[in-house]
Amino acid sequence: MKINLFTQSREDTFLRRMSGVAKLVCFLLLTFTVMLSYDIRVIAFTIILSFVMFHISKVTWRQIRVIACILLLFLLLNALFTFLLAPEQGVKIYGSRHEIFHIAGRYTLTQEQLLYMSSKLLKYVAVAPLGLIFFLCTDPSELAASLNGIGMPYKGAYAVSLTLRYFPDLQRDYNNISMSQQARGLEMSKKAGFASRVKNALAIIVPLIFSTLERIEVISNAMDLRAFGKHKKRTWYSARKISRQDILAIAVTALIFAVSLYITFFINHSRFYDPFA
Amino acid sequence: MQENDREPIIVFDNFGFQYFSQAEPTLAGIDLKIYPGEKALIVGPSGSGKSTLGHCLNGLIPFAYKGKQTGTLTIAGACSQEQTIFDRSKVVGTVLQDSDGQFVGLTVGEDIAFALENDCMATPEMHRRVEQAAAMVDMDSHLKNSPNELSGGQKQRTALAGVMIDDVQILLFDEPLANLDPATGKTAIEIIDNIHRDTDKTVIIIEHRLEDVLHRPVDRVIVVDDGRIVADMTPDELLCAGVLRAHGIREPLYVTALKYAGVSLTPDMRPSHVESIDLTDADTKLRRWLTTVQRDTAVNQNPPVLSVEDVSFSYDGKRDVLKDVSFEIRQGEMVSIVGRNGAGKTTITQLMCGFETEHSGIIRYQGEDIAPHSIRERAEYLGLVMQNPNQMISEAMIADEVGLGLKLRGIPSEERAERVNTALRVCDLSPYRSWPIAALSFGQKKRVTIASMLTLNPKVLILDEPTAGQDFRHYTEIMRFLARLNEDGLTVVLITHDMHLMLEYTPRAIVLSDGEVIADAPASEVLTDAGVIERANLKETSLYTLTQRAHIESGTDFVQSFIDHEKWLRSRSDDGDG
Repeated sequence: MKINLFTQSREDTFLRRMSGVAKLVCFLLLTFTVMLSYDIRVIAFTIILSFVMFHISKVTWRQIRVIACILLLFLLLNALFTFLLAPEQGVKIYGSRHEIFHIAGRYTLTQEQLLYMSSKLLKYVAVAPLGLIFFLCTDPSELAASLNGIGMPYKGAYAVSLTLRYFPDLQRDYNNISMSQQARGLEMSKKAGFASRVKNALAIIVPLIFSTLERIEVISNAMDLRAFGKHKKRTWYSARKISRQDILAIAVTALIFAVSLYITFFINHSRFYDPFA
Repeated sequence: MQENDREPIIVFDNFGFQYFSQAEPTLAGIDLKIYPGEKALIVGPSGSGKSTLGHCLNGLIPFAYKGKQTGTLTIAGACSQEQTIFDRSKVVGTVLQDSDGQFVGLTVGEDIAFALENDCMATPEMHRRVEQAAAMVDMDSHLKNSPNELSGGQKQRTALAGVMIDDVQILLFDEPLANLDPATGKTAIEIIDNIHRDTDKTVIIIEHRLEDVLHRPVDRVIVVDDGRIVADMTPDELLCAGVLRAHGIREPLYVTALKYAGVSLTPDMRPSHVESIDLTDADTKLRRWLTTVQRDTAVNQNPPVLSVEDVSFSYDGKRDVLKDVSFEIRQGEMVSIVGRNGAGKTTITQLMCGFETEHSGIIRYQGEDIAPHSIRERAEYLGLVMQNPNQMISEAMIADEVGLGLKLRGIPSEERAERVNTALRVCDLSPYRSWPIAALSFGQKKRVTIASMLTLNPKVLILDEPTAGQDFRHYTEIMRFLARLNEDGLTVVLITHDMHLMLEYTPRAIVLSDGEVIADAPASEVLTDAGVIERANLKETSLYTLTQRAHIESGTDFVQSFIDHEKWLRSRSDDGDG
């Protein structure tokens, strides 16, 4: 029962060297690009870009295996439910109807629905690698610095970094407590029924909460003693200066964003690209 | 070395403090002056008010802990009540005892920079200052390391750099030795001393381990007990004054040995350091005493209850945490397993309890290979008591907590009640049987966790650092209790780096270093063997240094005599009690 979602990447690539703020801005711009547009061409372009980035980042499949599987499962479920609940959504959007084949009852697969659903699915496929790269190639404290840099209050931003700092400790406490409770006879496997498993989980969570509260007292004292919260602002040791490279990267992504907006407003005249017209 | 011509930097004037949550004042009638550049040690048992005194100095009182103050406290000319904790942090820098918990940053550099970040210093200037501060404590080559890549001593150095970066006038160390192994603790005291000598800072150390702090000179020792100052003198005077034992502070072992030998100490002998104490008349007395000690010759010849045979283990499949470890624990023994952090002490207990599985080798219980036994089955003969009782306690009421293991095993309630009562009685907890656990002290909680293991009738009890962070009084209380359980037939294994504990309570010590057993011998041999001491991050006992100074041939023999004598005294006082 060891928790290990993903590990930070330490490869020295240009993505690592970019400043956190620049990375965050680029990530957000590209995310907006694919989220605002249902144009399959724009999405396809971003997918290619994000896979190129993934390659450059040297993040390995092993590092993201768990999280990627969870995401994929979520996407497939999402697609399934979209079809079950709104099988005619594509027809409604594109205003035409090209049937492929009839399935059963009110369910007919149309070219319009297929395009709509694949655009929707591919949006996530385009964004997910970018998100993972961003988290894996940015130090948590640099992340906090960048969140603060784009306007998030620093106490909130610092909480993000603290969570990541103490996460391994919490994980270790959890494993220790779980072991010692199992030694006392707690059944944590599937042999126990649901109700007793919930009760047994409490036997681990209660000590975890109490030992975490002790930890929190120490941390907050340590922070108070070094004047955390003295001013309305604070600076960051791990903040990096914006380099020419960063500006270039922001400019390129801003351009991509602008082009996608141009396509939406002046070519497609809607968020959708209609090849059926 | 009081410099009365100078203005004191800290003045407590008839000072008192009472927490809102307490019925009685924690501090009362404190009058204390500390002068710039002084190095003062504040000692006192747990609950004496010494930590509260520290909180008043660094501003956590009244910022984080509320209460009622009487009298006045002036620090560097400013009245304490007119300052915020932020103002105070510019004057007093505090290093807390939990070197891991106080590590706020994700890397060394960031942690050192924390105060500067909060002060809005520009990033490039900050990097420069961090490098300077890190260099002072030899951490400049570790700036990018994360806390889990550092040893306890390195974390503490980082914390020290983090407060020195503000150029504070006063450095306050709150129990700096609590979480360090003996060798690292010794280094910590040396670092503090070097900084004190190289800068003009005032240094205040709050600690109950007097002997370890006195490794380097201090100007004054202030003894606090029951919320009052009971002594304020030089260490040489203090060691002759005889106030230590009365107030629950352990005197240095060599001082105890000299007293046993009938040497009466005077401040002129400069008794505060074993290296410099004048032993002109003392050495003959020591030799004479050595011949009178009644030696304990009992040797445990029982069959082994636990045996570990050629066990190897690795967490990542690359680096071996344990390499062909073999040892035996005999029925009815009390043994300590010692070694520096990361030597494999905890790992070996996890293998014994079944939390992890050995890669090769066999662990036997009464001759039987226990590999097929589950964690739960092993718990019926092997009880593990973790260091932090709060990590074990999950029920609100004592009797429920102690009976949890039985309940989970489906033992009927009448039998359960009986076994719980027996365990509570053995652990002197019967009067508290229906109390909520939250109302207990740390030592009592520890006993609750031991009681909850005893209900399962284990044959072996393994305790991880049972006395960590405990003062002398509580240490003695816990250890005497364990010794009693041991006399009643329970085999006790202690994972520790407390050298006093090894010396006083465990006849045999198994020493691990880098995953290998490097010694398996009487504690008196281990603590006088320079090679083992160095590899296991232990410290030579001051008793041994004393024998060398007094030209006694066999230091090990002397140390063993001391142990036997103490044991004899203990058994006599136990007989007296009972």
